[in-house]
Amino acid sequence: MLELIVISTLNGVLFGMLLFLMASGLTVIFSMLGVLNFAHASFYMLGAFFGFQLSRWFGFWPALLVAPLLAGGLGAAVERFGLRQVHKNGHVAELLFTFGLAFVIEELVQIIWGKSPVDFRIPSVLDFPAFTIFSTNYPAYKMFMLLVSIAIFVGLLLVLKKSRVGLIVQAALTHPHMVGHLGHNVGRIFMLVFGVGTALAAVAGVIAGPALVTQSNMAALLGPILFVVVVVGGLGSLPGAFIGSLLIGLVQTFAVSMNGSLEGAFGPLSPTYAQSWLADIWSVTIAQIAPIMPYMLLVLILIFRPMGLLGTRET
Amino acid sequence: MSEVTSGVAPPYPALSEKLRFYGIWLVTGLILLALPKIFGSGGALTTFSLIGISIIFSLSYNILLGQTGLLSFGHAVYYGLGGFLVIHVINIISANKLPIPLPLVPIIGGLTGLFFAALLGWVSTQRSGTAFAMISLGIAELIASSALILRTFFGGEAGISANRTKLFRVFDWNFGPQIQIYYLIAAWTLLAVIAMYALTRTPLGRMCNAVRDNPERVQFVGYDPHVVRYLAFCFAGFFAGIAGALAAINFEIANSAYLGALQSGTVLFSTYIGGIGYFIGPIVGAIFVTVLSLSLSDLTSVWQLYFGLFFIAVVTFAPGGLTGLLMMHRPLLKSGTLGKMLPSYLIALVPTLALVVGLVLATESIVHHTVHAGDDPNIKAFGVNFNASSPITWIIALFLIVAGSFAARLTWRRLAQAWGDALSAAHERGYHA
Repeated sequence: MLELIVISTLNGVLFGMLLFLMASGLTVIFSMLGVLNFAHASFYMLGAFFGFQLSRWFGFWPALLVAPLLAGGLGAAVERFGLRQVHKNGHVAELLFTFGLAFVIEELVQIIWGKSPVDFRIPSVLDFPAFTIFSTNYPAYKMFMLLVSIAIFVGLLLVLKKSRVGLIVQAALTHPHMVGHLGHNVGRIFMLVFGVGTALAAVAGVIAGPALVTQSNMAALLGPILFVVVVVGGLGSLPGAFIGSLLIGLVQTFAVSMNGSLEGAFGPLSPTYAQSWLADIWSVTIAQIAPIMPYMLLVLILIFRPMGLLGTRET
Repeated sequence: MSEVTSGVAPPYPALSEKLRFYGIWLVTGLILLALPKIFGSGGALTTFSLIGISIIFSLSYNILLGQTGLLSFGHAVYYGLGGFLVIHVINIISANKLPIPLPLVPIIGGLTGLFFAALLGWVSTQRSGTAFAMISLGIAELIASSALILRTFFGGEAGISANRTKLFRVFDWNFGPQIQIYYLIAAWTLLAVIAMYALTRTPLGRMCNAVRDNPERVQFVGYDPHVVRYLAFCFAGFFAGIAGALAAINFEIANSAYLGALQSGTVLFSTYIGGIGYFIGPIVGAIFVTVLSLSLSDLTSVWQLYFGLFFIAVVTFAPGGLTGLLMMHRPLLKSGTLGKMLPSYLIALVPTLALVVGLVLATESIVHHTVHAGDDPNIKAFGVNFNASSPITWIIALFLIVAGSFAARLTWRRLAQAWGDALSAAHERGYHA
């Protein structure tokens, strides 16, 4: 039991940190540009596929550096030449633009790399068990993922709190117009933020690619969960996104490792349920409903706290 | 005082206006009746049926997006649940030999959609804008994933099927042949379109527009925007349920794809491409997208890529959709200045077409090398044969793209100028819309 808790907590925090790498970019982009970037998870996928391709050509370590830069550059270009043109058509058009972009990116990835998973392997340097805890070998690569995401998290925190750019970004979170009035080149900041945000998502993609499955549907699988994170945390709140990421990460990881069901708990009391049309609900295990846990959490949050955990803004 | 009251009540419509109004619906009905006589092939009937379903679904979506300003990413939930329940109901009816004919069954789908919209809508519509969009996506994922877990009701991956011909018969129609299904769908489409048009003319429909444009002011007038959004959501769910029921009757099967993100995306695409600003927009979009997806898939293997790019182009350059583009020309047409635009259009058309052809050529060649690498390089796309490996193809594509985009920029600038002139000429003559 203790083993399960320790391992699940580690995995949950890891998944949560990965989610936060994406959610942080998404939140900052949303707060500053007012656009919820529907294609954010697609940049995560692009990161994974760029990482896969580059690591084939040059090895994993250059790929870890170059793939996010490529994806980030692509993101900046999307903002500069796409979103900025659409901006005059309103927020709905902007959201739909990113929606169409997500669709197109998925099609492109399918055309270039195919529909089946690609063979993106863990670099051999990191392919050993880091430590053994209660007879479970914990892979070093997962520790590496955790370290990278924590390092980026700390770096992001420092940039936001200590640097001039971070100051402007923070100001733009709450008072985007005022920042423009103060004479900052808002257009360039937007482009920069979009580029950095998508690059962060791509970092998550490169490091998650070998551990999870690198496939053309990975954006469609992760995208909705990412939006749940931002809504649960509170739209536009960075600390909220952090708490939301960890919460969803832990909830999903713990759910996967639990095998209990209603039948298991109360089965002897009323065996007839197993035959009725309720049988599905009766016998489904917690592990089986793990994929829908984030959405159930979303509905609960919406009922009891529509603004999200730390949200303050209406839209 | 009397002036104020007379200003508030709209003038009673003249007889000619009334005739014209009812005439449109009558003519539409006659056209629907006559269509199978003109295009009688099985393929055409299937296409018409799909278009009818898509029209109801897109119009119901536009109650949310166009009328109330709610961007939903999960509208297929109500479509799919309507479809699933109808399949179960058909099975129950035919098992128990209940005296319920098939034409009445879609109403059950509608009520299912209404029920679930009423259930899930209250939470969803608490907020509008981006938050609503995300919430609708989350709830859609919840339902779609649950559908795979609750296997008894949803039938898992395979879905559930029914036989539509074993129901209680009226006029000796068994609804086996596609022509009878066509008439069933056409009748329901006409009914639903009339009902949804009527909805836009009610006070509720007007309040929906007000909530879309200025929710704060709606609160000042004494309405609750949340309640208005909720009511609009319920109506949208009802009509989506009818569309889903018709789809289930048409295919005699319902599976988890009915509820999925792709279905929600498709209805969003067709509604937006058609144009959300006019009532007729989603109808145009439904026809256009259904025909396009059926015909493009025959012409090229990567039609979804073109489709996505086309959608992005519409969002970027024509946010009013196809109907918006057409309606832009109304003042020009009325004032007779449209003729001045034609030469500019024709000039702009040539480089734009060249650009598009170049892009398609390049895409198809690249697709050949990534997807079908090693196959015969002489490929056929859009009915044209060419060699994907020959350098000539690549040079032509590159030339078309570079020269086309360069010339297109120039001609489009010219076009914008001509447009400005023609529009101001129209305004001078007093035509503004």
